[in-house]
Amino acid sequence: MECDSLRDKLDAYVDGELTAPEARRLGAHLRQCSGCAADALARVQMKRAVSLAGKAYKPDPAFRQQIEQSLKQSAPAGKTWGWKLVLVPAVLVLISSLSLLFLVRRESGRRAQVFGELADLHVSTLASATPVDVVSTDRHTVKPWFEGKIPFAFNLPEMQGTSFTLLGGRVAYLEQSPGAHLIYKLRNHELSVFIVQERGTEGARWAPEPVTELSFTFETWSEKGLRYFVVGDVGAADVESLSKLLRDAQ
Amino acid sequence: MKGIKARVASYPIEVPDQRSSATTFADLALPLFDQLYNFAHWLTRDPAEAEDLVQETYTKALRGFSGFELGTNFRAWIFRILRNSFLTSRTGLKLATSSEEDLEALTSEEPSPEDLLIHEANRDLVRQALTDLPVAAREILLLCDVEEMAYEEIAQVLAIPIGTVMSRLHRARKALRSRILEQSKGASHGV
Repeated sequence: MECDSLRDKLDAYVDGELTAPEARRLGAHLRQCSGCAADALARVQMKRAVSLAGKAYKPDPAFRQQIEQSLKQSAPAGKTWGWKLVLVPAVLVLISSLSLLFLVRRESGRRAQVFGELADLHVSTLASATPVDVVSTDRHTVKPWFEGKIPFAFNLPEMQGTSFTLLGGRVAYLEQSPGAHLIYKLRNHELSVFIVQERGTEGARWAPEPVTELSFTFETWSEKGLRYFVVGDVGAADVESLSKLLRDAQ
Repeated sequence: MKGIKARVASYPIEVPDQRSSATTFADLALPLFDQLYNFAHWLTRDPAEAEDLVQETYTKALRGFSGFELGTNFRAWIFRILRNSFLTSRTGLKLATSSEEDLEALTSEEPSPEDLLIHEANRDLVRQALTDLPVAAREILLLCDVEEMAYEEIAQVLAIPIGTVMSRLHRARKALRSRILEQSKGASHGV
């Protein structure tokens, strides 16, 4: 009888999950009962075997480096973001009414939210083994590829004679809306261009010139109901010149 | 739960209230990288998918870190993100359909403990048996025996009560034993 009731607790015993009095009682029983002791031994051996066999897979060092790099790029962003969310409204309290404060906070938070999502998309896409679904430097190949995949059309500029190279594109989701994600190369840097319908990014106050947030430079503008974002870890002048090429193509 | 006490975890999982430090997330998350990858590989059974899953986990965890409840278990939180991401992935949706009943069916044969003397030389046998188990059994064995999580922590990762952790673990171990016996019989017949 005692064996039956105690054997139910053997798993918890070998997992170290029994209280001290329960473990002592079970330990005393195991010293007297060879059947239960053999059962406990088998469970301990099985646990040890699973522990050894389970530590089977080690990540590739390159993959580790990639994740570490992504976190490093994102880390200072959190600091800047948090600082703004706290300090900007605090200053505004002194100079503005409560309703204005509420409005500005909401817009700033919204902008930061969209930029945060774009930075995530940019980094995770570049870190992927297959960053683009349509691989081509030819805008006449990339643009038609999006037809039927996203609910709008757009024009892409001719890159010949510029320092930028089109690498390809993929469909990306921003705020649950499908859009185009294009990747351009400039020297050793990659820049992302996101094109989405304007209604998906409403409620934010966008700056007319490039801004640096989350360690990336962003530029955004709206044209014919579409919102364009250019994101890259390059200077404002480079982001501005790619933005100009895209604006001129529309 | 009465009669159950939490073990001392091997990893400092209590998060100090210092989230303003930009390095906090990396400090907490990077030491778990190897464990997350190993768990992801066991779930997906594919190295490329495991990398995608780990990457998605870090992206989601970083984004959701501001919503992480201070003073709670960071390791359980990030493992839960990984598991939920797996369950909603294409592979996860396919693999995770094995139910508790399937697990019960695997445990019909109860081997005697004397048959289960597992030595290090039999690691491949155990590894293969683990690979063949339904994901519900595989994940709970990994969390308990490889990650050495307490039942309470496992309950948080899997979002189930502690009583269910105990019963599922019990069935998973029975299923593993049956699988190992089957394989060893198969191997001896094959010779």
